[in-house]
Amino acid sequence: MRPFRDLPIKHKLTWLGVLTSASALILACAVFVAYDVRNFYDDMVRGAATQAKIIGYNSAATILFIDPHTATETLGALSTEPNIIAAGIYTRDSKLFASYTAAGSISTVKASLPVSFTEATDGHRFKGTYLELWQPIVFEGRAIGTIMIQTSLDAMRVRLFQYIAIACLVLLISTLGSILVSLWFQRRISRPILHLAATAESVSRDKDFSVRATTESHDEIGQLVGTFNDMLSRIQEQNQQLEKSRDELEQRVIERTAQLEAANKELEAFSYSVSHDLRAPLRSIDGFSQAVLEDYNDKLGAEGQADLRRVRAATQRMGQLIDDMLDLSRVTRAKLSREEVDLSALARSIGTELQKAEPKRQVEFTVVEGVLAEADPRLLRIVLENLLRNAWKFTGKHPEAKIEFGVLRNNGGPAYFVRDDGAGFDMTYANKLFGAFQRLHAMTEFNGTGVGLATVQRIINRHGGRVWADSEVEKGATFYFTL
Amino acid sequence: MSDKVILLVEDNPDDEALTLRALKKNNIQNEVVIAHDGVEALDYLFGTGAYAGRNVSILPSVALLDLKLPKIDGLEVLKQIRTDERTKLLPVVILTSSKEEQDLINGYKLGANSYIRKPVDFSQFIEAVRQLGLYWLLLNEAAPVGNR
Repeated sequence: MRPFRDLPIKHKLTWLGVLTSASALILACAVFVAYDVRNFYDDMVRGAATQAKIIGYNSAATILFIDPHTATETLGALSTEPNIIAAGIYTRDSKLFASYTAAGSISTVKASLPVSFTEATDGHRFKGTYLELWQPIVFEGRAIGTIMIQTSLDAMRVRLFQYIAIACLVLLISTLGSILVSLWFQRRISRPILHLAATAESVSRDKDFSVRATTESHDEIGQLVGTFNDMLSRIQEQNQQLEKSRDELEQRVIERTAQLEAANKELEAFSYSVSHDLRAPLRSIDGFSQAVLEDYNDKLGAEGQADLRRVRAATQRMGQLIDDMLDLSRVTRAKLSREEVDLSALARSIGTELQKAEPKRQVEFTVVEGVLAEADPRLLRIVLENLLRNAWKFTGKHPEAKIEFGVLRNNGGPAYFVRDDGAGFDMTYANKLFGAFQRLHAMTEFNGTGVGLATVQRIINRHGGRVWADSEVEKGATFYFTL
Repeated sequence: MSDKVILLVEDNPDDEALTLRALKKNNIQNEVVIAHDGVEALDYLFGTGAYAGRNVSILPSVALLDLKLPKIDGLEVLKQIRTDERTKLLPVVILTSSKEEQDLINGYKLGANSYIRKPVDFSQFIEAVRQLGLYWLLLNEAAPVGNR
C-alpha cells in the first residue's frame, strides 16, 4: 500500500473525513458503553444487596433457633430471581448453615466462609462469570451470621454485546454517511486543485501558455488559480516579446547577410577587375618597351636603354604588387577549414625549397620536430612560407646564417616562432611591421612589396591567434604567432 | 607545321600585337586567325556570320582563348565549342590575365586543355608562347578529322 503522503489529494480528503468522524464516534460510544456498564454494575450490586438484606432479615430467627431446614426454604425463595445462581447462610463461626443453588447452575456454595469475608462486615467482588456479595445478618444490633449471594453476569454480558452491536451498527451507518459527506466535500475542494494540476501539466507538456485554469471559489485555491493564470499570462507575454525580438533579429541578420553578400560580390568583382584589367596595360607597357629595346636598340643609346629597362622593372614590380594585393584579399575571403597540421614538416619542406633555389648560401636550418596545430593547412603554409622567406631574405647579406622554427610552451598556449640572425629591424617601427605595403627596409637593400607580413597577420587573426615580433638591428628577428 | 592554323581569340589589340610578336620571335610562322570577340570566334569555327561558307572541317590546331571578351565571354565560347560535335575535340588553351580560382576551376570544368596566365614580364610571355607552340603545334597529335 502506498504511504499516505503519496495518495491523491481526493483520497486524502475522503480519509480525513471518514477517520475524523469514525474516531469521534468510537470515542463517544466507548464513553457511553463504559458509563452504562458502570451503572448496570451498580444496579446489580444494589439489587443483590437488597435481596441479601431481605433474606438475612427473614432468616435471622432460623439461625437463632438453629433451624437450617427453614433457612433452606427461605433461600429457596430466591428461585424467583433468575439471575441468582447460588446463595448461602453462614453461622457466626463461618460454618455453612443453609445453601441454595439455582437449577442448572454448576456453582457450589463453599462449606466455610473465606477469611476475608469475616473480616469485613459486608462487601462484594466479581469472580469470573458471577458477582459474589456478602452481608452480615444482624439481630438486635448484633451480627449473628453472614449471608452470601452469587449473581450471574450473563445479563450484563448480553447487555454489553447489545451495546457493542448497536455501536458497531451506528459506526457503520455513520461511516457510510461520513464517506458520502466527505466525498461531496472532497469533490468541492479537490476538483479545482485537480483541475489546476491538470492545467499545469498540459501547459508544461504542450508548451501552450494560452491555456487558463478556471475557478468558481474565492478561497485560497481560487487565489492560487488566479496567481497561476497571472503567471501564465506573463510567460505568454514574455514569449511573445521574445518571439518578436527573435523575428526582428532574424530580419536584421537577413538584411546584414544580404549587405555582406553584396559587399563581398563587389569585392570579388573588384579583385577580378584588378586581376584582369589592371594587368593588361602593364603587359602592354612591358611588352612594347621590350619591343622598342629590341627593334630600336641602336637608336636609343645607352641612356635610353637604361631608362626603358627601368620602365620595364617598374612595370613588373607593379604586376607583383597587384598579385600580392590579390593574394592578400584572397586570404581574407578564403574559407577556413581547420585540421591537424604538422608545422614541423611544413617548415622543413619550405626550408628545402629555399635551399634548392639558392644552393650556394650557407644557412643552418633548425626545425623542432613534432610541432602540431589545429589550423587551415593551406593558410598555414602561406604563413610559414612568408616568415621563412623573410628570414631567408633578411639573412642574405650575412655569409653564414641560422634560421630556426620552434615552439614556446607557456601557460597561454603554444607560441610558434621563426627566428633568424639576419638584418633585424628597429623596434621603434615595430607597429608598422604588419601594415599592408609597409616596409622597414629600402628597396635597394631588400626587395619586396610589403604584403607578406600583412598576409600573415590576416591569416593568424582569422585563426583567432596573435602575431608579434622581437628584434634588434643586425642581431636578427623572431616572429611569434599563436593559433 | 606551317599548314596548321592557330585561332587567337583576343579583344585587346596590344595583346594581339604582343602575341603575334611573341610567335614571330619564336619563329612560329603558322597562319594566325584572329577573332576579336566570342561571336567572331564561334562564327569562324561554325562557318557562320562573316565566315559563312568556310569549310568548317578544317579546324585550327589550337585555339588560344582569352576569357574576358565582348559580347560572348571566353567561358561561354568554350562551352559551345565543347557542346558541338564538330569542335568537341578541338584543343583549347585559355590564355588570360586572370588567376582567380573560379576562372581556373570553371575553365577546366568546361573542358579546357590548358590554362596559361599571361605574365606581365614580356620575356616570360615569349617563353610561354615558345613552349605553347612547341607543344601544341609540334609535339601534340590532334584527334583525326574523321572522328571529330
